[in-house]
Amino acid sequence: MAHESSYVPGNAVEKWIDDRLPIIRWSKEHLMDYPTPKNLNYWWTFGAILAFMLVVQIVTGIVLAMHYTPHVSLAFDSVEHIRRDVNGGRILQAVHAVGASMFFAAVYIHMFRGLYFGSYKAPREILWILGVLIFVLMVTTAFMGYVLPWGQMSFWAATVITNILGAIPVLGEPILQLLRGGFAVDNATLNRFFSLHYLLPFVIAAVVALHIWALHVPGNNNPIGVEVKNSRETVPFHPYYTMKDLYAVVLFCIPFAWFVFFAPDLLGHPDNYIMANSQVTPTHIVPEWYFLPFYAILRAIDFNIFFIDSKLGGVIFFAGAILVLFFVPWLDTSKVRSGSFRPVFKWFYWLFVINFVMLTWLGSAPAEGIYVLIAKLCTAYYFIYFLVVLPLLGRFEKPRPLPESITESVLAKHKAPVAQPAAAATTH
Amino acid sequence: MIKTKSIIGALLVSLLFAAVPAAAQDAHAAPEIKKEAWSFAGPFGTYDRNQLQRGFQVFKEVCSSCHSAHLLAFRNLSEPGGPEFTEGQVKALAASYEINDPEAAGGKRPGIAADRWPSPFASEQDARDANGGALPPDMSVLAKARGTTQPFPWWILNYFTAYAEGGPDYIHALLNGYEETPPEGVTIPDGKHYNHYFPGNAIGMAPPLSDGAITYEEAANGTTVPQTLDQYSRDVSAFLMWVAEPHLVERKEAGMRVMVFLVVFAALMFLVKRKLWARVEH
Repeated sequence: MAHESSYVPGNAVEKWIDDRLPIIRWSKEHLMDYPTPKNLNYWWTFGAILAFMLVVQIVTGIVLAMHYTPHVSLAFDSVEHIRRDVNGGRILQAVHAVGASMFFAAVYIHMFRGLYFGSYKAPREILWILGVLIFVLMVTTAFMGYVLPWGQMSFWAATVITNILGAIPVLGEPILQLLRGGFAVDNATLNRFFSLHYLLPFVIAAVVALHIWALHVPGNNNPIGVEVKNSRETVPFHPYYTMKDLYAVVLFCIPFAWFVFFAPDLLGHPDNYIMANSQVTPTHIVPEWYFLPFYAILRAIDFNIFFIDSKLGGVIFFAGAILVLFFVPWLDTSKVRSGSFRPVFKWFYWLFVINFVMLTWLGSAPAEGIYVLIAKLCTAYYFIYFLVVLPLLGRFEKPRPLPESITESVLAKHKAPVAQPAAAATTH
Repeated sequence: MIKTKSIIGALLVSLLFAAVPAAAQDAHAAPEIKKEAWSFAGPFGTYDRNQLQRGFQVFKEVCSSCHSAHLLAFRNLSEPGGPEFTEGQVKALAASYEINDPEAAGGKRPGIAADRWPSPFASEQDARDANGGALPPDMSVLAKARGTTQPFPWWILNYFTAYAEGGPDYIHALLNGYEETPPEGVTIPDGKHYNHYFPGNAIGMAPPLSDGAITYEEAANGTTVPQTLDQYSRDVSAFLMWVAEPHLVERKEAGMRVMVFLVVFAALMFLVKRKLWARVEH
């Protein structure tokens, strides 16, 4: 949102700096004055929560790395050493491990918010694409981080997931060996995963900077999806949203702390307290909960499709489930952004949410009997939603009338909150 | 309307989040394991010192003849929040063990408080040879490496009760789960024993405890406990939980302070936010 800078250097030093590197001007513009729609609801606070989580993970991670030893015979005990002998180590390690779960919980909410309110539509396509890229980087980082404690689930998850790449024709085998640093998951794998696990968060931070840049050009979407008309419809980011976001971050910390302090292992798997052993396969190899929906899709393809065998087919659908997100801005043909004004879309959207929860559950269920059939149906709907429903709905759905502006919707809400259920959906 | 929608959304999200690691746990055909009452359960949980001392006695006299616990140091036994033996007791205890030390004359020396608990076997192969091919697992983090499963939807409750005692529950059940004669139609190989709760039911470990097998001394405050299999297994499960999670009490106490701080901070931030936004029609 282009706007005049209101910054006036306060003294000679600031003036001197401003003439050379206008960093204070830039900060004032982007961190304080940035005009933000005044009608954002609490689903919009997850952006700030995610930024907070990235910092938490990087800070705890750096300290953990000071005490961790990336070697197959030492890694497991070194994580225990952190829990037992490092000052505050049990809490530090729990914050990092539970933090990964909280990070993903927040990112899923953030993404589903974008999907509901059409935040990916023009002119915010690049903003959305960068977001999906961050998600891909997060998945990669979390997967590699999970391998580091070198427990049974770490080892077998690494084996199963790297094996996926082996299904790629021709290039699969060389890529697999490059990633593992050998023919099997071993010390070389652990070392490169540790190195990359340390690198990628900083790549994420860089893409987050681009993501925020891409946000600040068009400005925020908002719950009614009607663009800001004038400055009376916005408030400066500081103090209005800094304080609201901070409130949300503190609230978010309550369940976070609950797990960290009272049940740090509840979101993990007991098998990961058994040191990795390539001779003993766990009864069920289960990824962390936040990968389960995609794991369910991977396993749902247990049949050959023409010349594509089931293994490669699974990989194609697994990758496709994430890649399809990059194209959502063009798959959704509706001109209306906010789901609140799309009566038919809503049904398909909530079905998609339920479907996603189902996929999460199915990823943890054994791949047998009725589960396989349900997993296939859920996988089908996942793709149908993006490839059929979103493109067609824009052509056939008759959206409800949109308010002229944010001001009109706010006024309507305040005057007749009962008579205006449509606008009510935009409150908080 | 918004309210219902938000609530549905929040519910779905929390379901998704709450989801599944529990469901993820394997559902081998074992009978469901009962949740026992542990002093260290829940946000206010704390170890019972007398129980840890009794559990240590069981561990020392029975378990440790086959199981190692290589992360347990003698000094841990006198640290706060644990069995809290006196430093003198721990020194005397350590000195009664011989520790392999290539730098000592003869390769062995008496233990000191800083030493780790000595392993009963020199190598994994020795351990297997002495135990009919089965490897007695290391007990350092055993209580966290075992768990229980609850059927849907009961495991969802675990997230709200902060259930983290699956390990002790499993160990207690296992120690009480032996059966002299396996049920009809089940054959157990020679040298194995039937256990209700062990995956596959055929366990290498012979029933290690029985009523009256260990003689507890009266505790300092005069409390006595029954000398039964159930009591022994309860005590040793608690002790193993402490071995696996020595800073549990400290962590939970910090947690209480953090929770109080966060709730107060959140309330203040809510007031700040409300005051600030009162001027804005939104």
